[in-house]
Amino acid sequence: MADLIPILSYVTFFLCFAVIFAVMALGLNLQWGFTGLFNVGVAGFVAVGAYTSAILTAPPYPDSLGGFGLPVAAGWVGAMIMSGLVALVVGVAALRLRHDYLAITTFGVAVTLQLVALNARWLTGGPFGLQFIPKPFQDLLGTGLAWNMAYLAMSLAVLGLVYVALERLVKSPFGRVLRAIREDETAAEALGKRAFSFRLQSFVIGCMVMGLGGALYAHFVGYIAPEDFLPILTFQIWTMLIVGGSGNNRGAIAGALAVWLLWSLSGTVLRQIIPQSEQARGAALQIVLIGVILAAMLIWRPRGLVGEVIGTPAGKDEKGNTGKKA
Amino acid sequence: MLQLIADGLIVGSVISLGAIGVTMTYSILRFANFAHGELLTWGAYLALTFLGFFVALGGAGPMQPIGPFSFGWPLLAALAAAALMTALLALLVDWLLFERLRAHGTAIVLVIASFGAALAMRNLLQFIYGTLPDYYSREIQIAIRLVPRDVMGGMRITPDQLFVLALTAVTVVLLHLFLTYTTLGKAMRATAHNPALARLTGIDVRAVIRAAWIIGAVLAAIAGVFSGLTVQIRPGLGFDLLLPLFAAAILGGIGSVYGAVAGGLIVGLAESLSVPLFGAEYRAATAFLVLIAILLVRPTGLFGERS
Repeated sequence: MADLIPILSYVTFFLCFAVIFAVMALGLNLQWGFTGLFNVGVAGFVAVGAYTSAILTAPPYPDSLGGFGLPVAAGWVGAMIMSGLVALVVGVAALRLRHDYLAITTFGVAVTLQLVALNARWLTGGPFGLQFIPKPFQDLLGTGLAWNMAYLAMSLAVLGLVYVALERLVKSPFGRVLRAIREDETAAEALGKRAFSFRLQSFVIGCMVMGLGGALYAHFVGYIAPEDFLPILTFQIWTMLIVGGSGNNRGAIAGALAVWLLWSLSGTVLRQIIPQSEQARGAALQIVLIGVILAAMLIWRPRGLVGEVIGTPAGKDEKGNTGKKA
Repeated sequence: MLQLIADGLIVGSVISLGAIGVTMTYSILRFANFAHGELLTWGAYLALTFLGFFVALGGAGPMQPIGPFSFGWPLLAALAAAALMTALLALLVDWLLFERLRAHGTAIVLVIASFGAALAMRNLLQFIYGTLPDYYSREIQIAIRLVPRDVMGGMRITPDQLFVLALTAVTVVLLHLFLTYTTLGKAMRATAHNPALARLTGIDVRAVIRAAWIIGAVLAAIAGVFSGLTVQIRPGLGFDLLLPLFAAAILGGIGSVYGAVAGGLIVGLAESLSVPLFGAEYRAATAFLVLIAILLVRPTGLFGERS
């Protein structure tokens, strides 16, 4: 029994991260999978959510903004609003243009937000980040396994809510317009759908979900710093979505679990075989491995593990059913 | 003031050379290549390796500087060898990844693939060379005072920086002659303009694509070495320049080589002049502001064609 506790805590810890990544991957799936929007700034929008929720809920900091002491749930809502606002500004500037201009602009947003996180000490605490981010129900459950399991349950509930909401959204007439725009924008415009407006809505909602993912992350770890939101995070979320299968919300969740498992396993293996002094190189090799997996998936299995279910019966859609079971 | 302009032009020439490659792959292969920055980094590091090799081969101890420069012939030889190897690397990545995706799949899938390729290439480099910054030469350079201090703050410039400016100008002129007067150059412009029509008139599009990679990679290697020479060599060298490269290419108008050069110089100047306004820590965000401004005001760029 005593041996079981460490394993159980590791599994809980691992699953918590997987669930948080799954939330972020769902946000990206709405943008890329259903609307064909290429967002290379995932890490930036996640960072906005994480910092917003932390600032709204944390105790007063000596030299940066804070001390509002709002409940964690309010922090989560604030995170979504703030990420949505940033997305609105970016979307208005970039969504009218060619597709890959959005990619370049969102990349720029992530780089700029990274600079702000690093340098705006009064807001973000600078390179040392923000500490003592409250963990919900900590006074009840302590800091051990019980709290981790409770947070896993909360994160799972959030993931479930996001999943159901997004499923309803993409199965609705709104979702059909998004897919129509993705497949053939001219045709959708000819049917009287304003592509720009739909794309903007999809982009903003997707970024709000990413911001929520960032807030979940902040309150789980209890400490955030600029290096948590490097481009590598964007890359991980993208790989999760591509591996799982873009255009399918269950695929996005499965991909998050699969890639995070692979990431954790490869990290453990590399730490075992690479000597202590060369650990930094080992971490680099880990990223190369994930890059190769992404490229291989794109070439040989572009639909991912699960892939999009195309052609659900029209009658089922209109009653709001969730389409084909299994 | 004058000093800021001089610094901006030196950074700008590095950005220009990189942006030419971005605009070429963009107009001929039709995707925004996020891995282009890594070609700069690989060029810089390959030159470092060849430099060590050539210096050892010479057997005369450390590199003897030419005249006032901090470097000698071995670095120029290493630059040539690195440019060749970077071109091979670009062709290898194209063969392994992009060519397969071009066959089936849309342009936007190529962008994701290039994003993955960028991180893989950078981390492979980090695995091989480590993360510590490096230099081609430890020679200390005395800056030449071109303008006395009492005229607009004066201007000092090192011989190496003058060399970078001069060689950038020579490279751009050579590229202009190539694109204007050779058959391959004309075929490249035709393909960029209208790929379907170019194919119909019997242009070998595969050869054009190869040429675009080779030219882009050679210029990237030169830019990488210049950046290494005037700043330092580090694994993030190319990735940190990626946003300025894109901003320059879009500012100049996608597909326009001269636009990319002008865009590169403008972005370099803007970065340099922003330092007294916003502080050095936000320097990297200047390219982003330029990018947003051009997307809002004139998304086709300064020299771009209206589509």
